[in-house]
Amino acid sequence: MNSIGMIFGFDIPRIPLAIWTDNAIEYLQTNYRDTTQAISDFMGIAIKGFQELLIIIPPSLLIVIIALIAWRIANKKIAIFSIIGLLFIENIGLWNVTMQTLAMVLAAVIMCIIIGVPIGILSAKNEAAHRIIAPILDFMQTLPAFVYLLPAIPFFGLGVVPAVITTLIFAMPPIIRLTDLGLKQVPVELLELGHSFGATFFQMLFKIEMPLAKPVILAGINQCIMLSLSMVVIAAMIGAKGLGGVVWTAIQTLNMGMGFEAGIAIVILAMILDRITHNIGKTEEEKA
Amino acid sequence: MELILKGVDNNQIRKKTKQVVGVREVSFAVEEGESFVIMGLSGSGKSTLIRCINHLIKPTSGEIIIDGEDITKMSNQRLMQVRRSKMSMVFQKFALIPNRTILENVTFGLEVQDVPKNQRYIKARQAIEMVGLQEWENYYPHNLSGGMQQRVGIARALATDPDILLMDEPFSALDPLIRQEMQDELLALQEKLRKTIIFITHDLDEALKIGDRIALMRDGVIVQMGQPEDILLSPASDYVARFVENINRSKALTASAVMVKPRTVVYPKDGPMTALRVMERFGISSLFVVDRAGHLQGYITAEDAFAAAEKGIKQLDGFIQKDMPVTEPEVILSELLEVMAHTKVPIAVVSDDNLLKGVLVRGSVIAGMAGIKGENYE
Repeated sequence: MNSIGMIFGFDIPRIPLAIWTDNAIEYLQTNYRDTTQAISDFMGIAIKGFQELLIIIPPSLLIVIIALIAWRIANKKIAIFSIIGLLFIENIGLWNVTMQTLAMVLAAVIMCIIIGVPIGILSAKNEAAHRIIAPILDFMQTLPAFVYLLPAIPFFGLGVVPAVITTLIFAMPPIIRLTDLGLKQVPVELLELGHSFGATFFQMLFKIEMPLAKPVILAGINQCIMLSLSMVVIAAMIGAKGLGGVVWTAIQTLNMGMGFEAGIAIVILAMILDRITHNIGKTEEEKA
Repeated sequence: MELILKGVDNNQIRKKTKQVVGVREVSFAVEEGESFVIMGLSGSGKSTLIRCINHLIKPTSGEIIIDGEDITKMSNQRLMQVRRSKMSMVFQKFALIPNRTILENVTFGLEVQDVPKNQRYIKARQAIEMVGLQEWENYYPHNLSGGMQQRVGIARALATDPDILLMDEPFSALDPLIRQEMQDELLALQEKLRKTIIFITHDLDEALKIGDRIALMRDGVIVQMGQPEDILLSPASDYVARFVENINRSKALTASAVMVKPRTVVYPKDGPMTALRVMERFGISSLFVVDRAGHLQGYITAEDAFAAAEKGIKQLDGFIQKDMPVTEPEVILSELLEVMAHTKVPIAVVSDDNLLKGVLVRGSVIAGMAGIKGENYE
């Protein structure tokens, strides 16, 4: 008899949540193995191709490209910071692993946008959908990241694919939430404007709502990138390699110097990504 | 709904059903090319009413017939067509799209109709020209003042060449001076375009100025409908009467509020020739005479000045008349109307120590009573 059961005078059987979960995953695994395998293969090729691409480009050229992007989107200060930071990463010999991480982050973020923005639109437009989506998002965001990693393995094996997929799940909520929020913040008068001029659903969406929600959605993408980066590092535990892999090795071998170097590289990458995406779509005066 | 048909009063319906009745039992017809003003205080249902006309708000019952077609029974497709071609709306808070330039804002209605791009720009530029913003078409809304922003709103509404303009308190968010300017411009535009305008306002002055006919609303019901004079002269109820009372500006305005800057000559410095020149320049027939400190001495008429000049007299001595009507700045306008009606010269407004502050001419008094300010009537 367990302690709460004793109060009521009869035994409450333990709810076998773990077994249910196992069973559900096993069921999915045996029945949807082919599907997940196909997704896994396709994503694997795409992400690895992307990683290869970033590694093949000579560091000097890539640094110039990133600096130019930083300069165009943000400002000169951030461009200079990008150059110095990336040169430093190259110098400490972490270039290739950094590029692996960057490729995974970008892959995850692109998929987050492709999937997350439409879901956000759905959530903003349909109250029923919103009521279903909101608790799922809470669940996705608060469930400890490590717990995601486990089921990803049976579905997608070890390596970059499960890493990117868990990252996807972890990093997508802010995009959905902020797309939803951005669309709901569009002033009523502008909605009335669209309707009164006879705009269709999609004209409303693309001519009025999305442009007005853009800054909020971009903030969501910025958050998504930051979350992706942190998750991609954690995902090293299931074989994602990259900077996270270096940190993971450092932890296992208690190599503090190595861990610190990888950590600094992560911080630099995070700052560059954050500063650049923070300034997307801003006018000259607003840039910071 | 049943409660409304049974004639239960709005407050009771609200208590019973927790639902607010926006507009009830409103019925009116607007002629083509007419400016129809719906006025009422906030909460009277006027904004709800105008939104029913283009179906932004679906009325629970009743019909809204535009060119013989009932909007409430239309398919969504047809409704969209009607909204695109027959009417457009001007909003109280302008509702400009902030990330679009003025030109792009004005093209919005045409864009929605999939008008080809170059044609869109031609029509939009015409509309922008009508409201006089040619030089601003590549700026963004936040670069413009409120008055200019609403011009853009009007241009946008005109660009699709609709038959009906729905204007929901278009000038309420503007400064009084700008508001009057915009009213004048709307009247001028209407003179040219002859659209059917449905204009919402809470300002009776505005309603009187714009409307060919006015409907006064209260608690979702039209309490009186008619031409401006009808409403002013024969209010249908106490409520309307109280509304109209406020319009009698002669009881509220003081002399100082409507006086204009006086044209004067200084005695003894200036002679008849100077006086004549000043009168000629401003097209007036008499001038007030002040001393160097600005104290009122009297006035001189054109005939006297002319006679003096012909005789070659250099001084104004002997020609200055003292019998002009004088008043103080705090005097209420209605007390002066009688004097105004009989005097040939303007009324001088002087302070306690006989300093000439301004003059009351008929034009300025009438303008003040009509609620127009900031213009020079001499």
